[in-house]
Amino acid sequence: MDISTDNVLRLRRGFRFQWEPAQQCHVLLYPEGMVKLNESAGAILGEVDGKRSVKDIVAALEQTFPEAGALANDVCQFLEHACNQHWLEVS
Amino acid sequence: MMSPNPAKKHNAHLNVGPPLWLLAELTYRCPLQCPYCSNPLDFAQTEKELTTDEWIRVLRQGREMGAAQLGFSGGEPLVRTDLEELIGEARSLGYYTNLITSGLGLTEAKVNAFAQAGLDHIQVSFQASDPELNNAIAGSRKAFDQKLKMATAIKQAGYPMVLNFVIHRHNIHQMKDIMALCKGLDADFVELATCQYYGWALENREGLMPSKAQLVKAEHEVNDYRAELEASGSAMKLIFVTPDYYEERPKACMNGWGSLFLTVAPDGTALPCHSARLLPIDFPNVKDTALKSVWYDSPGFNHYRGDAWMPEPCRSCDEKGKDFGGCRCQAYLLTGSADNADPVCSKSSYHDRILAARKSADHSAIGIADLVYRNSDNSRLFFKS
Ligand code: SF4
Ligand code: SF4
Repeated sequence: MDISTDNVLRLRRGFRFQWEPAQQCHVLLYPEGMVKLNESAGAILGEVDGKRSVKDIVAALEQTFPEAGALANDVCQFLEHACNQHWLEVS
Repeated sequence: MMSPNPAKKHNAHLNVGPPLWLLAELTYRCPLQCPYCSNPLDFAQTEKELTTDEWIRVLRQGREMGAAQLGFSGGEPLVRTDLEELIGEARSLGYYTNLITSGLGLTEAKVNAFAQAGLDHIQVSFQASDPELNNAIAGSRKAFDQKLKMATAIKQAGYPMVLNFVIHRHNIHQMKDIMALCKGLDADFVELATCQYYGWALENREGLMPSKAQLVKAEHEVNDYRAELEASGSAMKLIFVTPDYYEERPKACMNGWGSLFLTVAPDGTALPCHSARLLPIDFPNVKDTALKSVWYDSPGFNHYRGDAWMPEPCRSCDEKGKDFGGCRCQAYLLTGSADNADPVCSKSSYHDRILAARKSADHSAIGIADLVYRNSDNSRLFFKS
């Protein structure tokens, strides 16, 4: 699916995002499963709150990581992937 | 950490990570008697269960080590009156908490109370093979209604809906109906699991194992249904666990011995998988051994780590990093030695035993009423002192 920058996304029910000290990374937990997230995936999913639009999330990330430059493409690509995996849904 | 442990030294070169998955088998008590139950045949001999405090200690130690997924199973975990307390403790520790239940004894009030306590997910398994439900799937509505009602209550309380169907030769022809039922319930995850033949299911193998023809048909049906789901944009995920008896290579059991999974049995025995209890190996007990030392230091957990223990044909096989020689329990049950290659492997000299089982599955005339049911009387028959 395609997402637009106006979409507001949230974690699908049963999915939990959290920091795992033992693994030193963010993970996504769901019924009997777990995905380890790399640093950028963790940073992006950490912003998904079911309230702000994709556009707002991109802006927030660009502010946090000014050295990274424009992030819209990368962020949208990852969020689309996360929607296709059914980790996220449009709220 | 100070005393040099021979088992540990032996495995010193191995990079053992933390147990990410903790399975708490709270009890072997269960109101049902499924003929494919994975509990030990002599479960009736294990009556002393860990106390609430002992379980809480195990949960804390596991979380400290890095366990993130926690399953409460059994038996039927709902018979433990401290379940809500354990859920609360587990959730506050940061576990993703899974409750694996038959749904019997579940009420809407409990579904909600558990959600309050922080339970993340309830998996309802359908015992299509106890006589009542078998009738139910065939058309009567009684016991089935309780499960349907609970499934709906679970979804309403905000949990993801995870349904589990144990599949065998007497219900595999209902695959399409089962999937349609799950879709109708708006399930998120559906596990269609043919049983693994340990414990009660091995006793009943000939009466449970689907024939090759049945399996092929069911696989087609699942694939077609999956394609339909995807085309419609449905998020329902179907997982079809097929019997490894029809494979030429074994499954990578538990992702390798003592690599991710840690099971604690009702009496506190710690195991690398829920059926490992049947192996002639000494496993530690969490009552007197800290979980860390159970996992990293105990001879039981180190027994099949790495590949130094492997005899031929695994030893010189270039696939050993892929399947770790398969399942130790299956090797033990079918070849008499747990060191052997899993006989599912076509390179195993015992593979003919798998072939023989396939043949019996083609001709089996064992009806549902002829199966050995998991209950205390039958369990005592299996207890050899
Ligand atoms: S498989 Fe059946 S008998 Fe065994 S614990 Fe589960 S519900 Fe009870
Ligand atoms: S010989 Fe052993 S390691 Fe090789 S494929 Fe068979 S079971 Fe796996």
